[in-house]
Amino acid sequence: MDTNVADAPEIANPNALQHHFENPEQQKDASTIGMWSFLLTEIMFFGGLFLAYFAYRQAYPVAFASASLKTNLWIGAFNTTVLICSSLTMALAVHFAATGKRRLLVIFLILTLILGGAFLGVKGYEYHDKWVHHEVPGIHFECEGCQDAGHTQLFFSLYFGMTGLHASHMVIGAGILLVLIWQAYKGKFTPDWYTPIENFGLYWHFVDIVWIFLFPLLYLIDRSGQGGLH
Amino acid sequence: MITAPPLVKEKKNYLNAEEGLMSWLLTKDHKRIAILYLIAVTVFFAVGGMFAVLIRLELATPAGDLLDSNTYNKVFTMHGVVMIFFFLIPSIPATLGNFLIPLMIGAKDLAFPRINLLSWYVYMLAGVFGIFVLVTGGVDTGWTFYTPFSSSYSNGYVVMTAMAAFIMGFSSILTGLNFLVTVHRMRAPGLTWFRLPLFVWAHYATSAVMILGTPVIAVTLFLLMLERGLHIGFFDPAYGGDPVLFQHLFWFYSHPAVYIMILPSMGVISEVVSTFCSKKPFGYTFIAFSSVAIAVFGFLVWGHHLFVSSQSAYAGMVFSVLSMIVAIPSAIKIFNWTATMYKGSVRLETPMLYAIGFMGLFTVGGLTGLFLASMGMDVHLTDTYFVVAHFHYVMVGGAIMGYMAGLHFWWPKLTGRMYSQVWSKVSAVLVFVGFNLTFFPQFLLGFMGMPRRYHVYPPEFQVLNVLSSAGASVLGLGYLIPAIYLLASLKYGAKAGANPWGATGLEWQTSSPPPTENFEITPVVTTEAYEYSAQEVIHVGH
Amino acid sequence: MMEAKSFQLFPEQASSIASHVDALYAFLVLVSAFFSLLVAFLIVYLVVKYRHRPELGPPVAQHTNDHGPGSMILEIVWTVIPLGLSMIMFAWGVSIYFTESRPPADSMEIYVTGKQWMWKIQHMEGAREINELHVPINRDIKLTMTSEDVIHDFYVPAFRTKSDVLPGKYTTEWFRPTKLGAYHIFCAEYCGTKHSGMIGTVYVLSEPDYNKWLGAGSGEGSMAEQGQALFNQLGCGNCHPSVVNNQNGRCPNLVGLFGTRVQVKDGSNVRADESYIRESVLYPQAKIVAGYDDIMPTFKGLITEDGMLKLIEYIKSLGAKNGTMSTATPGPVETSASPQPSTHATAPAKTAPRGVPAAPVAPQQRVQ
Repeated sequence: MDTNVADAPEIANPNALQHHFENPEQQKDASTIGMWSFLLTEIMFFGGLFLAYFAYRQAYPVAFASASLKTNLWIGAFNTTVLICSSLTMALAVHFAATGKRRLLVIFLILTLILGGAFLGVKGYEYHDKWVHHEVPGIHFECEGCQDAGHTQLFFSLYFGMTGLHASHMVIGAGILLVLIWQAYKGKFTPDWYTPIENFGLYWHFVDIVWIFLFPLLYLIDRSGQGGLH
Repeated sequence: MITAPPLVKEKKNYLNAEEGLMSWLLTKDHKRIAILYLIAVTVFFAVGGMFAVLIRLELATPAGDLLDSNTYNKVFTMHGVVMIFFFLIPSIPATLGNFLIPLMIGAKDLAFPRINLLSWYVYMLAGVFGIFVLVTGGVDTGWTFYTPFSSSYSNGYVVMTAMAAFIMGFSSILTGLNFLVTVHRMRAPGLTWFRLPLFVWAHYATSAVMILGTPVIAVTLFLLMLERGLHIGFFDPAYGGDPVLFQHLFWFYSHPAVYIMILPSMGVISEVVSTFCSKKPFGYTFIAFSSVAIAVFGFLVWGHHLFVSSQSAYAGMVFSVLSMIVAIPSAIKIFNWTATMYKGSVRLETPMLYAIGFMGLFTVGGLTGLFLASMGMDVHLTDTYFVVAHFHYVMVGGAIMGYMAGLHFWWPKLTGRMYSQVWSKVSAVLVFVGFNLTFFPQFLLGFMGMPRRYHVYPPEFQVLNVLSSAGASVLGLGYLIPAIYLLASLKYGAKAGANPWGATGLEWQTSSPPPTENFEITPVVTTEAYEYSAQEVIHVGH
Repeated sequence: MMEAKSFQLFPEQASSIASHVDALYAFLVLVSAFFSLLVAFLIVYLVVKYRHRPELGPPVAQHTNDHGPGSMILEIVWTVIPLGLSMIMFAWGVSIYFTESRPPADSMEIYVTGKQWMWKIQHMEGAREINELHVPINRDIKLTMTSEDVIHDFYVPAFRTKSDVLPGKYTTEWFRPTKLGAYHIFCAEYCGTKHSGMIGTVYVLSEPDYNKWLGAGSGEGSMAEQGQALFNQLGCGNCHPSVVNNQNGRCPNLVGLFGTRVQVKDGSNVRADESYIRESVLYPQAKIVAGYDDIMPTFKGLITEDGMLKLIEYIKSLGAKNGTMSTATPGPVETSASPQPSTHATAPAKTAPRGVPAAPVAPQQRVQ
């Protein structure tokens, strides 16, 4: 496929070594260590929410199990599938960047964006649904038919906090994807240098993994118990 | 031998390389960014200091006659918020760390210069939120933001303040990330880990704490903002939320945060003591590893802030023993620094005065931490002035003394100028005396039972409070004078050579101030760190 | 009234634990003073002895290991000694803390409610105080505390005790006053505008003086009596038997409940203490007793924190673990108003977890 950097003469030589690095290997290493360190901070960031979740679930198991049933299992499963597929398309995009297949790179970045967008759209629908059923914490909160209703608001606070934080990470990711799609289209990435694609791939996979933890914790607490703990 | 560029007068250096405001505001040069930070943190230090003046003035009398209760509560809150988030946490890393780390490792810049600049803008954005809170009426929750007071009862600008601290956190994370990657990948050839200056080890450990701890305060403040702003509750007991969970999440960061504040300072002390004894630091490996140990153990002790909070006694025991253990590496450093002086050649220049002040005051501060780590003792002392005295001894007597030592040590490198030796020594002594007079009485007040954050107090506490307030005026003077002579040195100070103190380290092998690219040729390191025998000691001209 | 105290450096030692705390303090001060002075002395000595003398030239390089001067022996010594001393501090502190956190079994109970910005104190016998706490000397006193709003902290420097006072939860603090007098109460957790005004006084009285004070009481009856009134008013008795031989079957019997272990529907078991009662009243579905149905409504919003404490005191008066009264107090004790005290001796053995119904129960009975 076409990898001709000269197609886009207005973009500076992407292989240019930044002035403070001695050689390209050092520059790439620095980028990669930097990205992994950043992901470490993200783990700590979400970690606080996971800690709150575990503390409250342990304290109020009945309320959490009951409230979890208010989430829609099929929608959640669909979203999980969509996100896993988007990680696949992203991984393929990285592969095509490495092998210099510019058109496929652009296509798969776009597919990733579309799948991410689908996830966000479905999430928006879920949020709307919760709003309509008064399941958003606040003055009008009401968990209809829930057991230990007095404690269910905590579940929903965590639901919105965790999925909201996750969704905002996806929105930021979508924004970066737009930039990368444009740059890829313009031929900025070559098999010699495609570090931003790789690093973004790391970020996207991380966001996916966070969801893979969120899904069972929020949607699957007690699906087998038919609406209550044994 | 280390290859060094020739010393040439009037050479282009980083200060005069480019002119104009935009060349500063859009700079990618780590040295210029360090100066930008220096100006910003100094301004915030002055703001935080003003609040301290108000506190001590009010507390000179038992009655609330200077400020009303709400105002006083806002004043001590803002003092804490400004001093901790806007001064202490960035101080050494963002100024001295930014300036010196690339120089010390023989690099041309940090790994990510644009992220470095971004971190300054993020800091300034946080500052805007902070100033906004200040001028619109303040916040009165204490810098610790305990719920449910902060989430449901306070009448101040909680969300804005939380936002300021939240944004500040990202500046801290970006700095830490930069340092971590830089130290890993950008050391000059031959500069192995155990040839690194101890200042770099200290900042490496600090960076690890910054990137692992800061996100937790970020998410905690995020939850607080959701709770307060959108009524999405996480800590509200009205529906089973646990206010103590907030405390756990808050202190999980805020305890390691104090190690972010002290580790860089300890790095400075290692450099200063070694230089002014013309001797390699005693126990280099132990000092280096103790920084790492403090960073690791520092994450395991947060529950010592919760001994009386209804935390289980068994959890308390674990935190108590770990808090004892975390004190040991700091003790190791103090002993090693002292041993460095043995058979050295000690010169009592200003940076050294601050360094030995640090050693004395940090020892007291660290030892009084043991009082608080001992559970049964902590029950009586927690939330009293004993705690206030303890943390000021380590933060001011420790961290800030170290900052002053570093500023005075590297001032010639940063600016190319020397400052008045007489006035700098006078100030160092004033700070030491004023500090002790201000804070030692507070240990006694705490044991007597005077709680902290008290606007009015029973009359029997007045004598010690008056002593403390008197000391504060001396301390304030001690901080004011350097502002004058340091600024004056920029115009009137003697020009400094590359290495006015006879120190070792790559930063002293380049001119004062350094050229923009730091080194004309990348140095190659072939010797161990702190090789004084190869040097001649050069005297500073008075 | 408390007399104005002159300047002093030590608070009074007015409780049984105070001298222990002060002994630990003295040890800590000694160790700290020793090491501070040692470091200070060493610094001054070394700075003078090894001051820079230009005529001598640079210092001679020391014996070095890999990275500079050092001595493994010294490192070990000045690691092990501080570690040993700090372990003493740790162990000593733990021992005092465990004593402070385990109120003796027969402590006299007093209830404290903190709210912005005052302390409300309720004695079991019915006496109520605001910002003052009268206690008899040489008795173990246990405070059960809660907050109506934000976190407070009940601190008595002279007793060397403090504990946070939390909303939605009960915390306890105990002490044994050993000296007559009046001592400061301070709120020691920042709680807003008048945090420094949320102070009071503990009055330690001799036993006869205390009884006399108690007798002058509030006239509203004991806490348990007031609690019983609430119990009836809120209709609890419609479901919960408070008479030992009445096995209603729909709801757990409360006689002899307090202090026993209760089997919860999900398989766990929990101790029926103050927090359990409170949670059951406000969040009845959180821990449904095994063998019973989910039929209890919540009383959230219908009962204040003060009322809750009275209700708890009433339930305690229905018999505790050993079939005896939960507290022993010389003060006037409720008699006729509380249900059949004589049945306590014949209350069912407390070894089996409560909630397992003794009589046959039709679990499918539902209140429609």
